[in-house]
Amino acid sequence: MERRHFLATSSGATALALAASAGLAPAHAQTAPVWSKAAFDSKTLAEAAKALGATGAPVESKDLILQAPEIAENGSVVRVGAQSKIAGTTQLALVVEKNPNALAALFDIPEGTDPNVSTNLKMGQSSNVYALAKVGDKFFYAVKEVKVTLGGCGG
Amino acid sequence: MTEPMRIRAQAQGDKTTVRVLVSHEMESGQRKDAAGKTVPAWFIQNISATHNGKTVMSAQWGPAVSKNPFMQFSFKGGKAGDKVAVSWADNKGDKRTDEAVIS
Repeated sequence: MERRHFLATSSGATALALAASAGLAPAHAQTAPVWSKAAFDSKTLAEAAKALGATGAPVESKDLILQAPEIAENGSVVRVGAQSKIAGTTQLALVVEKNPNALAALFDIPEGTDPNVSTNLKMGQSSNVYALAKVGDKFFYAVKEVKVTLGGCGG
Repeated sequence: MTEPMRIRAQAQGDKTTVRVLVSHEMESGQRKDAAGKTVPAWFIQNISATHNGKTVMSAQWGPAVSKNPFMQFSFKGGKAGDKVAVSWADNKGDKRTDEAVIS
């Protein structure tokens, strides 16, 4: 009865957390992967960067290449790519400033994988599109304005 | 039951390039149906790829990724004949894993 009560209360949760930090529980549990809700709820580049761990404002970098069209005919499918030439890039994020939620996609770059990704995004309207690169604890960005002829978020 | 992903993995030198085309609605949650009701968001939240048991890509997607999403990335190592597996999980709890052989 006592053990059940212990586990049911927050002290049980604290014990688990302590166990985890002591290395007794798996550090990367084989449970559901993480989805950064706070990051995907962010409304601006600054908010997204902060949610991803940036402590200061991201710095523009010419070594981060953002591939996106000048004009997108169809806002539902805009091919966007980010390529980082900055050594030690561990994460690449794609942000569409004027979308209802700014962060569109987040890519973790494990050791051995090129920091070069591309995907198709929806753009609600013409907007600045940003690539964000996380290098250690620093964040860099590149920006391009993409004009959209037919918006792709809600039709 | 969703349709299989189309995965193309090609090795060039010591680099393998993977292109994935996923079959998924990726409903943004912004759209209204004919009756005027908002269609609930239904989108892939996590997608990852492994090669020989090692994760070579892992991504988190939001509802702004297009319908039937495309993704391209490349990693070192991997040779013809090896397998690359891609798995995704969406916000409704659906999951899918498909494999392809590196050519």
